[in-house]
This record gives sequence, structure tokens and C-alpha cells, in this order.
Amino acid sequence: MNLQSTDFEIFGLPPAFALDRAALDARWKDLQREAHPDRHAAADAQTQRQAMQWSVRINEAYQRLKDPLQRASYLCELHGAPVQAENNTAMPAAFLMQQMQWREDLEEARTPEALERMADEVAAARRQMLAELQQTADQRHDWSALAGQVRALMFVERFARDVEERLDQLGQ
Amino acid sequence: MALLQISEPGQSLDPHQRRVAVGIDLGTTHSLVAAVRHGVAECLPALDGKVILPSVVRYLDPAAGGPGRQIGHEALAAQIGDPANTISSVKRLMGRTRAQVADVDRLSYTVVDDNGMAVVQTVAGRKTPMEVSAEILATLRFRAEDSFDDELFGAVITVPAYFDDAQRQATKDAAQLAGIPVLRLINEPTAAAIAYGLDNGSEGVYAIYDLGGGTFDISILRLTRGVFEVLATGGDSALGGDDYDQALAAWVLQQAGLGPVADAAERAALHRKARRIKEQLSAQDEAVFRAEVDGRRLEQTVRREDFEACTAALTARTMAAVRKVLRDAGVERDDVQGVVMVGGSTRMPVIRRTVGEFFGREPLTNLNPDEVVALGAAIQANALAGNSQDGDLLLLDVIPLSLGIETMGGLVERIVPRNSTIPTARAQDFTTYQDGQTALALHVVQGERDLVADCRSLARFTLRGIPPMAAGAARIRVTFTVDADGLLSVSAKEQGSGVEARIDVKPAYGLTDEQIAAMLQDGFATAQQDMAARALVEARVDADRMIAATRSAMAADGDLLDAAERQAIEALMTALSAVAASGSATEIEAATQALAKGTEPFAARRMNRGIQQALAGRNVAEV
Repeated sequence: MNLQSTDFEIFGLPPAFALDRAALDARWKDLQREAHPDRHAAADAQTQRQAMQWSVRINEAYQRLKDPLQRASYLCELHGAPVQAENNTAMPAAFLMQQMQWREDLEEARTPEALERMADEVAAARRQMLAELQQTADQRHDWSALAGQVRALMFVERFARDVEERLDQLGQ
Repeated sequence: MALLQISEPGQSLDPHQRRVAVGIDLGTTHSLVAAVRHGVAECLPALDGKVILPSVVRYLDPAAGGPGRQIGHEALAAQIGDPANTISSVKRLMGRTRAQVADVDRLSYTVVDDNGMAVVQTVAGRKTPMEVSAEILATLRFRAEDSFDDELFGAVITVPAYFDDAQRQATKDAAQLAGIPVLRLINEPTAAAIAYGLDNGSEGVYAIYDLGGGTFDISILRLTRGVFEVLATGGDSALGGDDYDQALAAWVLQQAGLGPVADAAERAALHRKARRIKEQLSAQDEAVFRAEVDGRRLEQTVRREDFEACTAALTARTMAAVRKVLRDAGVERDDVQGVVMVGGSTRMPVIRRTVGEFFGREPLTNLNPDEVVALGAAIQANALAGNSQDGDLLLLDVIPLSLGIETMGGLVERIVPRNSTIPTARAQDFTTYQDGQTALALHVVQGERDLVADCRSLARFTLRGIPPMAAGAARIRVTFTVDADGLLSVSAKEQGSGVEARIDVKPAYGLTDEQIAAMLQDGFATAQQDMAARALVEARVDADRMIAATRSAMAADGDLLDAAERQAIEALMTALSAVAASGSATEIEAATQALAKGTEPFAARRMNRGIQQALAGRNVAEV
């Protein structure tokens, strides 16, 4: 195993979408206990450089595996079907209609209650999509379909962030 | 001069062989130095028994001869009489332009703009904030060295969590000027968490509310089995106890029907009085403010409610930051198991009440809020120096503000998002727009806004040495690395040719390496020492350390090398020992470098093994 190993290999986890979050967090801390520059602060420059590279790589892998969207995207890449959202903007019509409706609702929402309701609706949609992602990845192993689902989820997550931002603004 | 004690890493250290490693809290109004002695962290006192050193430096007229400056209590006492040359709260100027210093015109000393950097104008000439801070740091360093009768191995210096790259770099520069090797810069709330976490010993999510003299930080951390993980951090690097003093002074003037005070000495006196009244109101319900302004005698009764009312906006600002950081951390206020109060300003009853009500629990205040940051830093310094045996403490901190680069139209493209765990690195690919272009300019900024104009300019990086190609053909991968101190470095490689570009950094506000080297040459704060002699000693110490570390590595993991490799390394070590005994500093440095290069593959294999073992250990435990 080396710096070029996959995130899953570094964390000793099976390359799947389903993931034990508690195991991931614990493993991250175990790895950083070994690699973090602070562990090698009194060592020679070589070891410190190595430690830095490993520590950075471990943090990168942790961030990617921790976030379902990034994890799914990574799986696509590993299986030769990279997501490439900038080049693939086509979406099913029904999905686009839903997005447009949501945007309009956001424009019109004036109260925190209305925004909270929207946030709940989007969260439910997101949960549903994640369940589907898991099916596509771990049962069907259909990587190009997965890439499509990831692109759709990216829209939904961006929208969820916008709702939260609006809630923040109202809160101030 | 005492020699530094070297021991083999990993060997059990008897008390007489421990490295002197300290924690330094370089505060806006007060600074402290602490160390772990006999397993306990304690603040080191000066000869007069006081642990607190006021962060005040007064510059004297060089024509008068003598030391040229006063530091600490002496300087503070002189402030009323000589406000123009007595520099207090210099932390507010570190890494800043003049325009960025809040209420710069109300300061009692003169701040000017020097090439984009805020500097102070004194009777002894212009002084950069790093030089002023270095005087304070040097005082603490000498105090530590006197306490231990030994040289300093290194220090952990704390900074507000919300300090950006320029402010952190300025702090490191100040330490360098003061001759202090910096083991790590750590965030003040994290330092406090260490002191409390190890003290209370319980796991869970903690909020650290740190209101100091000039800065406010709020951090959310999770503690599990000695690992302190920062979930999110926020705050305001220009909000602190000083602002409460100013608000009170302004209120008193308003009550008396007076406008702002023109005379610098009177202004300074008024703020000092306001600070005393503020402190009195922490213990009693009312106090009488007496001062002389413009020849008039002022007498104003200040009730606690009056003080709380005229500072309510400041307190509200802190609570807005608290709400935001909870959202960033993805944590509800009920999830927070303990709230820690740090900084002298948290003694104000309004703060304790407001924070307590918000979290629905009594804040933790059992440790001295003035000392807790230095104590936590000392514990970390002790661990980094290799003195502590349990090795359980680990800090996983975050970068507080996003880093980005300027793109077309004055927009910011975010490269490293805020609250990313450090160390971290991100790569971005760039290309050229003209045929034969051999250089690329990057402007790096820090902040959350979308326009470059609204973010902090950190530095301009010019990448040179790109092989000339057709426009758009080059693929230059620029890697932005934020190290464990929270500092940014940039490297670039043209992917096709593998050529590494040379990077010239022009920091937006701060000293270049050349300027620091020049200041050190001029003998700043180490005037008495012979530079050459010092260089030789340092080269020898480095050589000894390198040899000791290599021997210990071979003893632990020698099986990773074959006989030929082992012989080669032995040869380099023998050569280094020989040169260290009789060679010049440059010769010793060259031989040390050769050993370092020769052990590079070995170091890589050792790290790999360590990681594998960490994983294997987990797997076995889970079976």
C-alpha cells in the first residue's frame, strides 16, 4: 500500500457505497495517530515530509469517503465512468420540472416556517435518492447509471444549500 | 551557553534529559509562557513572581542610550506619560494593512502604511508589528531559559483560531526574530480544550467560547480517547475586551455631552479607566467613573445595566458567530456537552449569563481563564518535543477561512473550503493563453465572499520556468498545501514535461524571507551572540539529531533495508560524524543533507509500514 492506493484501500474498507460511518471515523483517527506531523515533530526532515504527505492523503480520503455524494462520484471514477458534471448537463424532463418548481417555491417563500418545510421536503428527496444510489452501486453495479444519479443528486444538494443560506439570512 | 540535551527518540527520558519545550500565549493584552514540569503544566513566573506579561512595548529615544525599550509592566506604567511610543495591543496590527485595523485613528500611537503593511511610528523609528511582538516573545523566552537554566528546544505558540494566513505568518516571523523555534502554531480554543479536556477527562462535543482582549473565537470540538477533532471554528479577529472598554468610554463621554477625545494621552487614560470600571462591574453592581477630559472633571455613576446596555451589540455579535459555527459543525446546541470560557473578558457576568442561557448549561470555568491557553499549549509542546510517554494526545484542527484564487472578472474560485481538516492539499490545473508563455501569475485570497475585492489578499505567486508551448497546451498542476500550522504553500508542475515551476511569493502584508534574514543579521534580539558561532553550534546539533534519529530508525526497522543499503547509510553517518567534529557549518550542513537524501527511501518504507500496522491493528481488534 502506498500514497497512490485508493481511498478504500487506505482505510481498509470494501469498495462499496454502503459504509459504516462509525468505523470510518474510528479508522481515520487511528491512521492520523500514526501519520500526523505532530507525531513526528521531533523527527528528521525526511520523516516529517513523509508524514505530511500521508496525513494529507488520509484527510483527503476521509473527506471523500465521508460524504455520500463524493463517495459515489469516486466509485464512478474508479470504475471508469467519471461523473463529469460540466460536460453532461442533460437531465430527465420530470426531474427538471421538479427543480424548477422548487426554485419558484424558494423565490416565493417569505417565512422561516415555509423555508423549514422546503428544507424537510428536499431532505426527504435526498434520502430517497441516496437509497437508490446504494442499489445502483452495490446491487446492480451499473456505473454509468450511477454517474447519472450522482449528477442529479448534485442539483438537489446545491438546492438544499441555497435553502439553508436563505434560512441563515432570515435568521439574521 | 548551555548545550542542548539530545536523547534517542523513543528512549525513556529521565527528568534531567527532557527537552525544554514551552507553550506561549501571545495575547492582545497579556502574554504568558508555561511548561510541563513533573507531569503538571504550570505558568512560569518572572522574577517578581507575576506570570502575566502585559503585551506592551515602549520605545525610548535612541539618543538617550540604554536598552532602547521597556517591555511589560514597566511599559504599561509609562503609557499614560508617553502614549505615542508605548505600543499596546500590537496583535491587532499583525498581518494587516493600515486600512484593516479597526478604529486605527483612535489608537494612542501612530500607525502608518509601509508597502501595504501596518507599522508603528515611534521615536526609535518605524517598527513592524512583528518586531514589537518579538520583544514580548524574547522576554518570555529568556524567562523560560532562566527557569530551566537551559536552552529552549522549541515552543508552541497560540493564535486566534480565526487568524488568517497573513496573521499566522506574521506570528511565525515574530517568533523567528525572537530566536524561538516554533514547534507548532495552535489555535487558542484548541489549546484551551486540551487543558480542560485532559482535566475533566470526559469524551463528547465541547464548545469553546474565547473572548480575549482583541479577538473572539468560537470553536466546536469533539474529544474521543485523546483525539481532539475540531468540527468547525468561527469568530471575529477584531472583537474583544478592548471594544467593551471603548464602548464604555464612548458612553461616559456621551452622558457628559462630550465628543471624542482629541488628545492621545487623555484617550489612553480614558480607556484604561474604562477597563478598570468594567472589571469592577464584574464584582459589584455599580462603580463611579472619574476622569479629566479637556480640563473638565468627569464623574459618572455606571450601573451594571448601563454597561450591559451600551455593549449589547458586541455581545450579540459574538452570539451570531456562535449560531453560525454550530451550523457549520452540523451540531445542535443540545448536543454540546460542555461550554468552556476562555479569556479574561469571559469574567463579565453578561457573557457568562448569555452563553449559559444559550446552551442551557453552566459554562465550565474551573481553570483560570487567563492561563488556560498557555497551559494547553505547554501540554502540546511537551508532547511534540517527545517528552511525554503516553503519546495519546492528537489535535486534528481545521483551516478557519476558505482559500481561493482570483479568476476572470475579479471573482474567487474556492480551492480549499473553510473548516477543512489540516494538513490538506488541493490541486488545480491551469493552462497558458499565449504561445510560448513561460510564466503564470496567481493571486491567492482568503475569505468566504465571491468577489476578490471582498476577500483578504494573501500573496501573489509567480510560477516561472514553464516550458514554452502552444497556447492552451500546457497543463500546469498547482498544488495548494495547508500545513499543520494553518499556513499555505504552493507548488506547481507542468504535467506533460514534469518540469517543476519555480515559485516567487510576494506576501501581501508581511516580510519576505530576505527582510527577515536581514533583520536577523542586524542582530535583532540576539545582539550579544556571535552569528557564526551560533551557526556552527546549530549545525552540530542538527547533525547529532540526524544521526541519533537514523540509528534509532535502523534499530526499529532495519529489516526494511538490505545489506548494501544499510552499508551505504552507515557510510553517510560515519562521514557526517567526522565532519561534525571538525568541519565548518556549511560542510556539516552539506553532510547532513547527504544523509537525509540517502535515507529518503528508508523513511518512505517506514511510514508505509506504520500505516499498514495502524490498519492491521484495527482489523485484528474488530475480528
